[in-house]
Amino acid sequence: MMLQIENLHARVAGKEILKGLSLEVKPGEVHAIMGPNGAGKSTLGNVLAGRSGYEVTQGSVMFDGSNLLEMEPEARAAAGLFLAFQYPVEIPGVNNTYFLRAALNAQRKTRGEAELDSVQFLKLVRERIKEMGMTPDLLNRAVNEGFSGGEKKRNEVFQMAVLEPRLAILDETDSGLDIDALKQVAAGVNALRSPERAFLVITHYQRLLDYIVPDFVHVLADGRIVESGDAQLARELEAHGYAWVRERTPAEAHA
Amino acid sequence: MATQPEELRSALSRRYDAGFVTDIESHSLPPGLDEDTIRALSAIKEEPEWMTDWRLAAYRHWLKMTPPHWAHLKLSPIDFQAISYYSAPKNKPKSLAEVDPKLLETYDKLGVPLHERARLAGVAVDAVFDSVSVANTARDQLAKVGVIFCSMSEAIREHGDLVRQYLGTVVPQGDNYFAALNSAVFSDGSFVFIPKGVRCPMELSTYFRINAGHTGQFERTLIIAEEDSVVSYLEGCTAPMRDDNQLHAAVVELVALERASIKYSTVQNWYPGDENGKGGIYNFVTKRGECRGDDSRISWTQVETGSAITWKYPSCVLRGDRSVGEFHSVALTHHYQQADTGTKMIHIGRDTKSKIVSKGISAGKSQNSYRGLVKVEKGAVNARNHTRCDSILIGKQCGSHTFPYMEIRNPTAIVEHEATTSKISDDQMFYCRSRGISEEDAVSLIVDGFCKQVFRELPMEFAVEAKKLLEVSLEGAIG
Repeated sequence: MMLQIENLHARVAGKEILKGLSLEVKPGEVHAIMGPNGAGKSTLGNVLAGRSGYEVTQGSVMFDGSNLLEMEPEARAAAGLFLAFQYPVEIPGVNNTYFLRAALNAQRKTRGEAELDSVQFLKLVRERIKEMGMTPDLLNRAVNEGFSGGEKKRNEVFQMAVLEPRLAILDETDSGLDIDALKQVAAGVNALRSPERAFLVITHYQRLLDYIVPDFVHVLADGRIVESGDAQLARELEAHGYAWVRERTPAEAHA
Repeated sequence: MATQPEELRSALSRRYDAGFVTDIESHSLPPGLDEDTIRALSAIKEEPEWMTDWRLAAYRHWLKMTPPHWAHLKLSPIDFQAISYYSAPKNKPKSLAEVDPKLLETYDKLGVPLHERARLAGVAVDAVFDSVSVANTARDQLAKVGVIFCSMSEAIREHGDLVRQYLGTVVPQGDNYFAALNSAVFSDGSFVFIPKGVRCPMELSTYFRINAGHTGQFERTLIIAEEDSVVSYLEGCTAPMRDDNQLHAAVVELVALERASIKYSTVQNWYPGDENGKGGIYNFVTKRGECRGDDSRISWTQVETGSAITWKYPSCVLRGDRSVGEFHSVALTHHYQQADTGTKMIHIGRDTKSKIVSKGISAGKSQNSYRGLVKVEKGAVNARNHTRCDSILIGKQCGSHTFPYMEIRNPTAIVEHEATTSKISDDQMFYCRSRGISEEDAVSLIVDGFCKQVFRELPMEFAVEAKKLLEVSLEGAIG
């Protein structure tokens, strides 16, 4: 098991958002987490990545056999966890390539691997940017500074391609994208699918899942997973809306 | 009066028999300041009479002045009689083994070469003299194109007419309290003369000069760029000092004639005091450049990370028509450091332009102020100024202040001021950390990005050094 979440409870600003969430993810699997606004989807991503202000009150999260909740965010990254942000921040004046190299080398150092020099690194990012079908000018700009919404999301996927995480969490990576950008982002993600790598795709809409076809779909409502299924579940949700799940879910599922 | 220096000289030469060139440690004047101290100093330096008189005039002026209180600084009164006005550092270590390991660790992080480290720590080793000979090689090369680059003491002896013509014409003896004091007691400094039409073939750096001089707290630097000449001058004060609150009151004067261009860069890292605010340098410096000729240009770039207190305003007097003044500054304060720094742009000529970019970074319990004056005189038709002033706060106990002054006496002037104050956001920190970058590295990265606009102005190796300096200075700023 790569990721094992058991009975996870978490609070944000004193308010309980996750109320007993359990989920298991194996290497190579793509899990989609769907659900209405306020269900706790983004909270799950932030708790897993270790953002401060998200207080875990109960439950456990194991990642490759280690207690994830005890690790600093940078240690989680080095262990192979990656969060593609819903709202990537701008870091003015910091060159994108420089930033990524600092990140990759920090991770490699923690893992006891040799750091890449600038020549090796430049070769790597040029390959990746080509594979992702993105324009190389991305490399020379400051991190997310003055990027359009679509560019920011593409930059997240590009970072993922360079950092090669074991588990990638995509937090509403589809939001705010037009159809062409969505296809490009999805193609980037699909190119990274492998038997060793798992994905947690958090999304509000089924649209993204037409392009990134998940192995499992989970419906998150009121802080826990209320229904799980395959890709077909996402299509039914799209057709019937989230209210449909609530009606269908027997009361004891909430217990 | 005229005979006194002679008598003093013979008396002093007995006292300083050990010789102050090879054994500067033992060479110092007793603490205290009066006219005799100044005459003695002038005598040691074998100065001409005009220089002694110039110093005495400054001293007499200084006596009538009072220390300034307007800066946003907290400092204890300075006992000027307790200071020795010509002294080598006390308790000088004999070898690197005696140097504070913390200091050596810092040099390690800065990547300063070993012999350089030894010099910075104030150790007298042969390598120091090697560096001096390197400087001499450069000087020969400079001499071929007519550039004079030497210590101020040497310039007073060898190029007296030039010094006399320009000294004090930009910063007069009585300009301000500390400039007056400096004029009376300055011990050494640099002298640069770039003749007409010459583009100085190399970057001039004070690393060499400090090797040769190492003369203490009152430096005086004078740079003259004649018509159509170009010079870039670097001043590295990466020498943390070990003394208690020590006064460093330097004066720098720049003169740019028609179409001349002077670029003056400083990376200042004097000892800032410890994490409890004990010790550190009082860095009270007057730096001013005059664009005396039409179409001339003076550009100041400074990275200030050291000193317990920094009080300096590198300024440009834009006298020539179409002259341009620039000021690019990064000032970082940590622990109990205080900085009150900025610039003055005085527009006198027509179509003069000035640009100010100031980046302040405050951490710990420090206070960081930007103070700037943009003055447009009556005759300065079509003057332009753009000021950008950004500050960033790290932690909750530091302060950042902005004091912009504008005096506009000509209606055609266009003066713009932009200012921002921000904190390193939790979002930025988390973003970096979620990519694997440690908290401390994330702060350096974000601060480095914040300063990019100024670092771009620095010569390459200085930019690298400045970046490393910020990293070292910010250690422990988080958490």
